[in-house]
Amino acid sequence: MQDVIFLWRASDRLTVSLLRMKNIRNFCIIAHIDHGKSTLADRLLQTTGTISDRDLQEQTLDDMDIERERGITIKSHAIQMPYKFEGEDYILNLIDTPGHVDFSYEVSRSIAACEGALLIVDATQGIEAQTISNLYLALEHDLEIIPVLNKMDLASADPEGVTDQIVDLIGGSPDDIIPASGKTGMGVEAILKAVIDRVPAPKGDPKAPLQAMIFDSVFNSFRGIIAYVRVLNGTINKRDIIQFVNTKADYIADEIGILGLEMQPKKQLSAGDVGYIISGIKIAKEVKVGDTVTLKDNPCEDVVQGFEDVKPMVFAGIYPVDTDEYEELRFSLEKLQLNDASLVYEPESSMALGFGFRCGFLGMLHMEIIQERLEREFNMTVITTVPNVSYKAYMKKGEMIELHNPSDMPDLSRIDYLEEPYISAQIITKSEYVGSIMSLAIEKRGEIKNQVYLTADRVELSFDMPLGEIVFDFYDKLKSVSRGYASFDYQRTGFRVSKLVKLDILLNGDPVDALSALIHSDNAHNLGKRICKKLKELIPRQQFMIALQAAIGAKIISRETISAVRKDVTAKCYGGDISRKRKLLEKQKKGKKRMRQVGNVEVPQAAFLAVLKLDN
Amino acid sequence: MAGIYVHIPFCRKACHYCDFHFSTSLKTKDNVLNGIQLEALQRKESLADQEIKTIYLGGGTPSLLKSNELKDILNAIYVHYSVSPKPEITLEANPEDITDAVVKNWIKLGINRLSIGVQSFNEDILSWMNRSHNSTQAALSVKIAQDAGISNISIDLIYGVPHRTHADWMNELKSAVDLNTPHISAYCLTIEPETVFGKKAVKGEVLASPNSASSVEFITLVDNLKDAGIHFYEVSNFSKFGFESRHNSNYWNRADYIGLGPGAHSFIDGTRSWNVSNNALYATGLKKGTLISQSETLSNIDNYNEYIMTNLRRREGINPKLITAHYGVTLSQSFKDILTRYEASKDLLIAENSIKLTQNGFLLADRIASDLFLTHD
Ligand SMILES: Nc1nc2c(ncn2[C@@H]2O[C@H](COP(=O)(O)OP(=O)(O)O)[C@@H](O)[C@H]2O)c(=O)[nH]1
Ligand code: SF4
Ligand SMILES: [Mg+2]
Repeated sequence: MQDVIFLWRASDRLTVSLLRMKNIRNFCIIAHIDHGKSTLADRLLQTTGTISDRDLQEQTLDDMDIERERGITIKSHAIQMPYKFEGEDYILNLIDTPGHVDFSYEVSRSIAACEGALLIVDATQGIEAQTISNLYLALEHDLEIIPVLNKMDLASADPEGVTDQIVDLIGGSPDDIIPASGKTGMGVEAILKAVIDRVPAPKGDPKAPLQAMIFDSVFNSFRGIIAYVRVLNGTINKRDIIQFVNTKADYIADEIGILGLEMQPKKQLSAGDVGYIISGIKIAKEVKVGDTVTLKDNPCEDVVQGFEDVKPMVFAGIYPVDTDEYEELRFSLEKLQLNDASLVYEPESSMALGFGFRCGFLGMLHMEIIQERLEREFNMTVITTVPNVSYKAYMKKGEMIELHNPSDMPDLSRIDYLEEPYISAQIITKSEYVGSIMSLAIEKRGEIKNQVYLTADRVELSFDMPLGEIVFDFYDKLKSVSRGYASFDYQRTGFRVSKLVKLDILLNGDPVDALSALIHSDNAHNLGKRICKKLKELIPRQQFMIALQAAIGAKIISRETISAVRKDVTAKCYGGDISRKRKLLEKQKKGKKRMRQVGNVEVPQAAFLAVLKLDN
Repeated sequence: MAGIYVHIPFCRKACHYCDFHFSTSLKTKDNVLNGIQLEALQRKESLADQEIKTIYLGGGTPSLLKSNELKDILNAIYVHYSVSPKPEITLEANPEDITDAVVKNWIKLGINRLSIGVQSFNEDILSWMNRSHNSTQAALSVKIAQDAGISNISIDLIYGVPHRTHADWMNELKSAVDLNTPHISAYCLTIEPETVFGKKAVKGEVLASPNSASSVEFITLVDNLKDAGIHFYEVSNFSKFGFESRHNSNYWNRADYIGLGPGAHSFIDGTRSWNVSNNALYATGLKKGTLISQSETLSNIDNYNEYIMTNLRRREGINPKLITAHYGVTLSQSFKDILTRYEASKDLLIAENSIKLTQNGFLLADRIASDLFLTHD
């Protein structure tokens, strides 16, 4: 349909654009993990005929293997669905949003590209923390919210209770809430009708100077970076010279188009459209999510609000297990960065681990994803060191140093004071777990700010806490104290003065830099003890005794010893035993290859992350 | 130079620690014995040009076979292979099977070496392990065999038995030495999953002896036997000079051998094969003319690893020069680093032509071998 407009006279074009705008709906989905976003999205694709039943690979929107396995959307995606409704042709652009707090900035940009949002709530579970914060984001952007009660096919669905929660949150009438099931297809037509009836058509002026917003980008090894954009005002034509306002770079729009199941090249995109731009960019960093795209010759006056240069929140060292693979690791990180601009890294070296990279991540999940992708896609075996957030050291001489690594910690005598980043966190849970979650929050230096009963047995807790605490086994603990019935979300709130110390771990008297951590001094003793205990479990016994110590400066605060192995199984070894035994010992050798020689001690990969897996 | 192993997969009852291939039902016995003779015929080409210097009748419990059954097997071997004029022919025998008459029959068949499954001289331990013999039979059987005319005898001992006191182990060693056999094999009790002990271990009913205890037993073993003139020559094997098991040494020298019978392994020209570990399948297969077996051809790295593994356990140790010559493997820096590490911990003695374990190092033979392994990648 779009191609046809070029046969018309120029003066008609505008009318067509406006006409088309009237029939465009841009919307996203807000949902907690597992509430059925992907399943329902697939149903929309099917019902609109965007995808044939045969082609429907389960959960089409989740592209990456890791996304499918973990059932979460890491990157956002977009898809255009043509739909005929009451005799008119509509274009429905569904913009998928990432489902994890590590990627909340990307969520905000996807939301900014839409006029409406489906709020999908699992009718058997109710609203979760992540949903609420994304919902607030959507409300801030004036999005029309269409609440959907999903999984209504299940007997355990509690439509009344969950409806009350929704009405409490966003007001409106219970009748506006659509009962649905991604499984049976119930409610899908009603959802499409609501999108058309209730989500406003995009506003915008196709005649104005081009103003488009990048809400996502992907890397394609043949085409380079593909920027996903929402055109807010104006028009872009193929081969226009465009400018990215925040990066101040000019490119030629080699190809533009819309996002069907595959990319469909077009000659023009205009106000209201969601589509893509390819301009031969090879490096993801040049394409910043949230950046404004305009025309070089006729730039727009205003940039799209809300742009942020996302900064990594969590830092950790990544080292090859095999020191010979340093160059390969560099190459792999380069490749990864091509399609993940939020990954940053720079070379660093460690006494214990040799040469590697200090990497910055958006959060803990992002860190795990990068590590997993390195192992799966690049076949690297890596050691990741204890992650830390970035701290600020204010020096007596007046300057400020950002600390991304415990080894950056300057000599205490030169430091005036230290600051650590804080977050405002929300947890939604069942009332029976409130007590244990509060204890956890307090243990994690949190200050309870608020406690609200959403329903008789669902509570929202709000508190301030140091970001650094969530990198230390916070998620695992939250999960275990709440038996999985807690959802968590946070926003950064700034820095606060803090008493931080560097905790060192010594193996046979030598400090292992890769095991050091910056922590609050009140936690130091307890943590030191637990780290030593955990390392004792993780480091296999060797043919000599190993002394494990935790120290702050010169002061030893905890000590454990790993006794020597003085006997390994040495069973008999005759004709029939030889190959079996060889295979057994080969397996042991392989296991050891995943260990790192630190001094004369063999340390398994897992030990470098021991701090994260401390149990009580 | 080659050897033939014959696996007789039958036992009277199952010892609680044993995960060898055997059956306590004798239903398939005749068929399996037939199968072994058919297999001997079928595979004769594989050792056609080689002189068979050792024959080892193992199991299972070959001593529960009748003399004429043993004779048929040995005959098949003599007919199809060129057995040297003075072969070492070993029979594994359990104490309860040994009588003067039986041993004399064995001698007539040419059997000139016995490996007697004594395991322990302690009544409680024997019954705990579910052995078929008692403590009296343990010692007496050896004497009967000696009196009947076989002096080349090895006895098996098990160490690392949980809860055994040091004094009890010393008594075991004294009983063993008193029998004056030229060879002793001593095995550390390992709890294998598919055994009665393994199943009990899962339930916490049997606990392996702590490594510290079994290492003390090992060291006592080495020292006491040495005092008696029985020298350590492989982690599990001790002998008077000249009485090392020729058959077993063949394995470690990586010479060719074939193994006949269910579950038996063979190693010919760098290819290892193993027969199906199922008596009925083995027997019916051969009846139809097929030997059911699997095989793998060893790569240079596999050969190297096996050389390291088997030879590190021997008194002579490994010869680094040989490694490059035979397996085309050049010794890397990390190989040298590992050596240095174990030399520093006094587990290895390193000379120009040999790398040997120290007495303490033998306790870590598996670990050190594994560290020196190469991996495929
Ligand atoms: N019974 C039922 N199960 C559903 C429904 N929608 C999704 N599911 C299941 O819930 C799980 C999570 O669904 P998914 O679409 O991956 O959720 P997402 O994480 O929000 O994308 C999957 O096992 C789905 O099969 C529904 O309407 N009814
Ligand atoms: S130890 Fe010997 S006798 Fe006992 S079950 Fe095993 S093979 Fe049979
Ligand atoms: Mg999903």
